[in-house]
Amino acid sequence: MKRTLSKTSINGFINYGIVIAAFLILQLLMAQGMISNTLKSLLVPVCCYIVMAISLNLTVGILGELSLGHAGFMSLGAFSGIVAAMAMQEFSPVPRLIAAILVGSIAGALGGVLVGVPVLRLQGDYLAIVTLAFGEIIRNIIVVLYVGLDQKGIHITTNSAGPALEEGGIMVIKGPMGAVGVPKLASFTAGFVLILITLFVVQNLVNSRAGRAIMALRDNRIAAESVGIHVTKYKLMAFVISAALAGAAGALFGLNYSSTVSSKFGFNTSILILVFVVLGGLGSIRGSIISAALLYILPEMLRGFEFITKARMLIYAVILIAVMLTINNPALKSLLEERDLSLGGLLGKLKNGGRAKKGGAGQ
Amino acid sequence: MSGSTDNRKNGTPVMRAENLGITFGGLHAVSGFDMEMYEGELIGLIGPNGAGKTTVFNLLTGVYQPTEGNFYLHGKSMLGKKPHQMAKEGIARTFQNIRLFKDLSVLENVKVAFNQSMSYSMLEGILRLPRYWKEEEEIERKAKEILAVFHMEGEVDQKAKNLPYGRQRKLEIARAIATGAKILLLDEPAAGMNPTETAELMETITLIRTRFGVSILLIEHDMSLVMSICERIVVIDYGQIIASGSPYEVANDPKVIGAYLGQDE
Ligand SMILES: Nc1ncnc2c1ncn2[C@@H]1O[C@H](COP(=O)(O)OP(=O)(O)OP(=O)(O)O)[C@@H](O)[C@H]1O
Ligand SMILES: [Mg+2]
Repeated sequence: MKRTLSKTSINGFINYGIVIAAFLILQLLMAQGMISNTLKSLLVPVCCYIVMAISLNLTVGILGELSLGHAGFMSLGAFSGIVAAMAMQEFSPVPRLIAAILVGSIAGALGGVLVGVPVLRLQGDYLAIVTLAFGEIIRNIIVVLYVGLDQKGIHITTNSAGPALEEGGIMVIKGPMGAVGVPKLASFTAGFVLILITLFVVQNLVNSRAGRAIMALRDNRIAAESVGIHVTKYKLMAFVISAALAGAAGALFGLNYSSTVSSKFGFNTSILILVFVVLGGLGSIRGSIISAALLYILPEMLRGFEFITKARMLIYAVILIAVMLTINNPALKSLLEERDLSLGGLLGKLKNGGRAKKGGAGQ
Repeated sequence: MSGSTDNRKNGTPVMRAENLGITFGGLHAVSGFDMEMYEGELIGLIGPNGAGKTTVFNLLTGVYQPTEGNFYLHGKSMLGKKPHQMAKEGIARTFQNIRLFKDLSVLENVKVAFNQSMSYSMLEGILRLPRYWKEEEEIERKAKEILAVFHMEGEVDQKAKNLPYGRQRKLEIARAIATGAKILLLDEPAAGMNPTETAELMETITLIRTRFGVSILLIEHDMSLVMSICERIVVIDYGQIIASGSPYEVANDPKVIGAYLGQDE
């Protein structure tokens, strides 16, 4: 069988290469003791945010739908993953971690179906609004949730006294205090593997008939339908995969800290991930990896400077607006198009909610 | 409508519209539209601006649901079908305002249209199981074959949006053919083309008709152009058929002349 290498698959291999090289270099530096503890503590979250950025890019850049609640899926993954990991006390760490990540991705996927099924059949900017609300709803639900585990299984209540547990039962999620007593199962290697899996899923999807269909309906929904593309099916496919990957990243993230509160996965986090994606370039997987890594680590390294810590979200907002404005500037836009930097065109789409610009229906 | 052309074969027409019509809030954009199309026919659909030609296409491709009448492909009612289902039923179209997948390559634009003839699942695609390679290889070859007919084999890797205008129009036709459709609806494919490009396009249209065994319904503004390649022409004005028949019959019909000169009623 002849397996020709297209330009896109070569690009994909380069992405694996970059991730593997970065991992090996960091391992080497760590072995030499050349990495500060601060940076070390950032390695797992950075992997999670890279996965978040790649998966959001699937929705925003490749599918062309704006999502403002990606952290909501991360949250679902984090808390369900924590519960799964704590329910598997008797297992060794690696299977526990794998099971927790699987549970997290399933929870993310279910959230994706819940949001996607009603919303993705509509045309227009509804997804942005609904995902925004979804993220906030998830956050607020977890704040009032009390989850405990005992021999009989999982007990969930919103009563602040917590569920009545049998002898030897443990509380996993304690309302506003979030998840507590979490085993720190996450590791840099696990994060590295999760990035590779994410790359594998997203890149192979994009290079399959499903990926072509997804990009086709992003570029022109009406034309895609006219050649037999079932729009809702493919939108849902992209969105649910994106949510599942976010859930997986969330599970890993949650298992990196001994306690996690749901406010970590609020609107600000969703916007942060969106900033990574937009600055990395819509549709560019490599861009997402690099910008997530740099933009996550940089401010963390500068935490010493109080101004930057405080103004972080403000700075992101300004950057986001600046990018939007420059890219919508006609002169700059034509320059970018000339250089074949398609970011501009895609951003225009973002603003128009993926609607095709010209003409009415079927003109 | 009972035009008198010789090339009608026995048996069911590939497409038949029966009293087809649609109303947009009081405006009868199309009404009482009757026509039959037989295998291999090339029919022209002409009429002044706003006559309802594109609306007929939108009805036949499921973009709009008719408010009256019905239409049939190979004798089967198509009422209630969505656009993506119509593509499966074997009808494909091009658009008056070009609608390409602009950030995809020329080859990918054509490959997208093969989606409905492919069967490997999403998981098989992600895991790249044997069926993925087999089908991808097959459509790569088929897509290139179609593009070669349009003399576009040299542009397969270009982004669709970077093609010159005339080429974009051709790519749209190539994409429609790739769906495997046996009925093609072409909405002003020569719009915006210069005379040389137009002549070349008309040649291509006659070529694909035999090469791919398709029946074609062609909207065109330019009367002389339609006259030269269609055996049968249907003229509509204000959403209604005012004449149909051979180019000669139609060209000499006073109602048609009236409509085109703007002397209505
Ligand atoms: N979705 C719609 N809603 C309301 N009116 C519509 C709609 N689509 C078409 N029309 C009206 O129906 C009539 C026919 O339009 P149509 O686009 O079919 O004309 P056409 O023959 O293709 O014209 P042209 O040669 O300019 O392309 C016009 O008056 C148009 O305004
Ligand atoms: Mg028209």
